[in-house]
Amino acid sequence: MKLDDVKTGEQVVIQRLVCEGSMKKKLLDMGLIPHTKVLVRKVAPFGDPMELSLRGYALSIRKAEAAYIEVA
Amino acid sequence: MYKIALAGNPNCGKTTLFNALTGSHQRIGNWPGVTVEKKEGRWKDQTDIAVIDLPGIYSLSSYSLDERIARDYLLDEQPDLIVNVVDGMNLERNLYLTTQLQESGIPIIIALNMIDLVQAKKEHIDVDRLSQKLHCPIVAISALKNEGLEELLRQVRMQVAQQKHKLYSLYQGAVKTTLDQIMTCLEAQCAPAQRLWFAVQYLEQGGEIIEGMQLSEDTKIQLSAMRNQLTESLEDDGESIIATERYRFIAGVLADTYHKTNDGLSISDRIDLIVTNRWLALPIFALIMIAIYALAVTGIGGMATDWVNDVLFGEVILPATEHFLYSVQCAQWLSSLILNGVVAGVGAVLGFVPQMLVLFFFLALLEDVGYMARIAFLLDRLFRKFNLSGKAFIPMLIATGCGVPGIMASRTIEQETERRMTIITTTFIPCSAKLPIIALIAGALFDGAWWVAPCSYFIGMAAIILSGILLKKTRWFASDTTPFVMELPPYHMPKASNILLSMWERGYSFIKKAGTIILLSSIVIWFLSSFGIENGALVMLEASELNKSFLAFLGTLLSLLFVPLGWGSWEASVAAVSGLIAKENVVSTLAILFGVGEVAEDGIEIWGSFAAHFTGAAGLSFLVFNLLCAPCFAAIGAIKREMNNFKWTLFAIFYQCVVAYVASFMIYQFACLIESAQITLGSITAVFLFGMILYLLLRKKRTMLAKKER
Repeated sequence: MKLDDVKTGEQVVIQRLVCEGSMKKKLLDMGLIPHTKVLVRKVAPFGDPMELSLRGYALSIRKAEAAYIEVA
Repeated sequence: MYKIALAGNPNCGKTTLFNALTGSHQRIGNWPGVTVEKKEGRWKDQTDIAVIDLPGIYSLSSYSLDERIARDYLLDEQPDLIVNVVDGMNLERNLYLTTQLQESGIPIIIALNMIDLVQAKKEHIDVDRLSQKLHCPIVAISALKNEGLEELLRQVRMQVAQQKHKLYSLYQGAVKTTLDQIMTCLEAQCAPAQRLWFAVQYLEQGGEIIEGMQLSEDTKIQLSAMRNQLTESLEDDGESIIATERYRFIAGVLADTYHKTNDGLSISDRIDLIVTNRWLALPIFALIMIAIYALAVTGIGGMATDWVNDVLFGEVILPATEHFLYSVQCAQWLSSLILNGVVAGVGAVLGFVPQMLVLFFFLALLEDVGYMARIAFLLDRLFRKFNLSGKAFIPMLIATGCGVPGIMASRTIEQETERRMTIITTTFIPCSAKLPIIALIAGALFDGAWWVAPCSYFIGMAAIILSGILLKKTRWFASDTTPFVMELPPYHMPKASNILLSMWERGYSFIKKAGTIILLSSIVIWFLSSFGIENGALVMLEASELNKSFLAFLGTLLSLLFVPLGWGSWEASVAAVSGLIAKENVVSTLAILFGVGEVAEDGIEIWGSFAAHFTGAAGLSFLVFNLLCAPCFAAIGAIKREMNNFKWTLFAIFYQCVVAYVASFMIYQFACLIESAQITLGSITAVFLFGMILYLLLRKKRTMLAKKER
């Protein structure tokens, strides 16, 4: 499953990042590495981006970018 | 002089600490060649310690501008010490940067910030143990409450006196082995303190980093083999391997040094449940914006600005100066220069200041509290479509009042291309000074039709949206592809001194940087409009003799350019040029040129003569041109200040003029086509331009970009 398919309020675990270059590095730097627990906290009023909770902080990420993240 | 670099994540309280450490002993500039703010200062009461505030970053990679600046500074300038500000409320992610900073080979102290909040939340951080595990001194501080700063100074003194750095490698297993091998290969090329840094860089990125080194081909092949072997055996790429190692290390360190209480919702989380709630978020946002607009543009700020313009300059300074000049029997030209050039110019600069200070106060408040990031979160979906940040909303909103503070408000946008785009397009929104032009056209040509004003705003917005789409496809704006992955920082109590300092800095930089250009332009226009050649001699003219001035001559020349737009008269051209001083001048200049003199704000007295000069189509074209073209000098000054680059300023002005020209040309030509149903050279050109714009809007993004992504 991709992260952008996860419903609000659900917690998932990151499996793998399917992207490269600056995108991948940025996601890694923000702590989105495999085996990390991620809670989808909410979605913005216009339906995008989404707010995640991980490693004790809140992160906003667009659905297009969340689609690069495989979760389970 | 010791050089201390402050490094840390965004929102870790770095700026608060910097302000607390340096007080008023700070200088704000820009990093060479870019518009990223550079702050330097002297540690309070310590004459031999200079403090440099690096941009807030999450990582020392080289993908974003801020990261590159921080990284280049550390590697090239080699400061004596890094003070790494770490948010105690968010240890895990903050320490990620710490692990990178430690590899830079520069001695490091951790300033564990927000310790008061950690204690209030009944969490526990075993500072001594953490310090042991991280192999560097840690000082618990609260920058907000000025706690722990003496201890920080003591530790800083101790470290700079020692000048010794223990290099520590956090890696384990196969990664460590490979790194050790790489370090051996690099032995001859790097100083011991930087060996680990380069080895990690090489493992992450491969070839590029060692290109500048004099390594034999054999060594290069060896290195490449080591790297490949590791990535193949771990089935991952270098960057992931290193990032995973860092977070593994941090998790291990925190396991027995940091005790969380529970994972329940914090106060900040609870605020956020309401403030960014799916249904409540937009109404709350609207209320906040209305409040800021009401206070900054029309309320306190507007009143103060009117007071400075009308009372302070209009009734006090100007008459007093006039009186003084009269009493010393100053030459007429000189007193005119002083009154209409210099004093008017200074007034134009200072008049904006009160309004701007009020606005900057609220912007700083929104930033300090943490709401600014939420604005980007809320509006991203809408603004991204035309390649602007959600934060661009505020500049545009403010610009409906006045473009100058609007442009200055773009400072809150981090991403450089998005900020530039905002600066260029913000003044397309009709500001309050353009309303008289709208009123004039609506009244004189369209019987006061209701649709003229809304259409003006619509055209402004359309210009912004189309520019966003069109410019993004050019190579100047396509360069940066950093993804939108943004932290939503916890809400904090604002600190008054931070907000006031930020307000003062931004206001001062406007006066200093924008002020010069405004003053200078004001003097040039004064000269052009009050002098002319009569009987072969330079003479000074009365206000009613504007038609004999250099400005009129310039207008006559320019008018040729405006013939295709339908208003090729010199009066109209002079009026448009005079709009550069202030857009209100367009109407009053027309009045002088039509021989009426003083007019009401909407120019009702000249409606008749205006209608005689302009057809409906020409009037619309004149309106659109004045709405979109280069803004007044004050706004140009603000653009220059915010671009911090001459070429970009020129580009912005040029682009705005081209957009204005093309838009009014098309409006005039299409209106004529509909009216007369006759195909002319003009209408063919207009159709051609229309097609070209469509092409520019619809074409694919530059292929260069696609390549880079891969």
